[in-house]
Amino acid sequence: MLSKRIIPCLDVRNGKLTKGVKFQGNVDIGDPVETARMYYEQGADEIVFYDITASSEGRGIFLDVVERVASQIFIPFSVGGGINSVADMRAVLLAGAEKVSVNSGAVKNPDIISEGASAFGAQCVVLGMDVKRVDKSEKIPSGFEVVIHGGRKYTGMDAIEWAKTGEALGAGEICLNSIDADGTKDGYDLELTRKVTKSVRIPVIASGGAGNPQHMADAFTQGKASAALIASIVHYGEYTIRQLKEHIAAQGVPMRTTW
Amino acid sequence: MLAILDYKAGNQTSVRRALDHLGIENRITADPDLLSAADGIIFPGVGAAGQAMDELSSGGLDEVLKSLIWQEKPLLGICVGCQILLDYCEENDTRTLAVIPGECRLFNPAWAEEDGTPIRVPHMGWNRVALKNGCALFNDIPPEAEFYFVHSYHPAPRPEFVIGVTMYGENFCSVHGRTGLWAVQFHPEKSGKPGLKLLQNFHAYCLEARHAQ
Repeated sequence: MLSKRIIPCLDVRNGKLTKGVKFQGNVDIGDPVETARMYYEQGADEIVFYDITASSEGRGIFLDVVERVASQIFIPFSVGGGINSVADMRAVLLAGAEKVSVNSGAVKNPDIISEGASAFGAQCVVLGMDVKRVDKSEKIPSGFEVVIHGGRKYTGMDAIEWAKTGEALGAGEICLNSIDADGTKDGYDLELTRKVTKSVRIPVIASGGAGNPQHMADAFTQGKASAALIASIVHYGEYTIRQLKEHIAAQGVPMRTTW
Repeated sequence: MLAILDYKAGNQTSVRRALDHLGIENRITADPDLLSAADGIIFPGVGAAGQAMDELSSGGLDEVLKSLIWQEKPLLGICVGCQILLDYCEENDTRTLAVIPGECRLFNPAWAEEDGTPIRVPHMGWNRVALKNGCALFNDIPPEAEFYFVHSYHPAPRPEFVIGVTMYGENFCSVHGRTGLWAVQFHPEKSGKPGLKLLQNFHAYCLEARHAQ
């Protein structure tokens, strides 16, 4: 039986692990390679690295981080942030990542999904979606709109339609982030998660809002997510990944508990 | 020394990093002499079976591989490298290497998980392997260990070649072959400690086989 996955997300800026709330006021909180290794030892099922560096110099530092991670941890990890072309994808995959996540790059140029899938295989391409609640309208019938630039720019696209389009273009997985829930620790947006998991047949990672293990269990049992992305809940030492897994497994959710 | 088969459709560097970490000498190579000199061969693969077969046959590597398998060179196929040891793959209607009888099929979308929801494809994440027969690859690996899978097609070899199965809606074959010629659908190089142990077990078998000769 396939286990549900717990995936810590590491935001990296200029080679340092950083954490912000609602994409504002980032603070550096550690070394991404050491942190990744700690989560690997604790039983993380996968790790996501998100490059929030803007400069090209920072990009070089980031690729170096990816290479160091790849030689020390032997679970899959994906990389996102600043992926705008097949060449960008190739660079992070060559550095040792298993998967690459496209977000605003795919909104601007959806073909990057199909090009990436045919060049590297669908299993490599994760469609990252940032989503905000809006009033239901003819254009946004679900009431969930895709946004980019950390939620500052609305795209006019309905999140459910975009998820289906991403699947049709060849994405192997969707990472679904609620901007409203992100950083609140009030729980995942379960309505959004359920709507998307109902609409596609590829795996969906719930993201944004995890504050305790029950939130994660809810994302699996109610949201039908295949994986749950977490950040602050483990970055500040509130919980270890083993503690989270034990709590979730106790509710009958399949978890990998031996590693 | 273990040879990691070098062709465009492989995840050679991930396998190399895992072997380096274990201190197992290895070479990424397509040179028939080096492949022949190696204690064993790891045959990785990602992407599509059709593309992988094209890459293999355009360089004549398909015949090199078959001849080494015929000479009982130990070999471990991983993911797509596991699938194309069979006769045929539904993906792009591809004739494959035919060293193990059977075929590779798309996951049946009608299969459902225990709670009744249809399975998602690709099968992506951690899952267990139930062994039908003892297998040296799994020495000292606990039965509850999980391995990392990511694939949309699954092997369906002739029953006598099934070594282990995995539950995803229904049981599918996740390990097949015979002693010394093994194929695993999951990625040992990305499966944490149990995966590293499996690679170590393969290496130990290769050394034993060499000494027995």
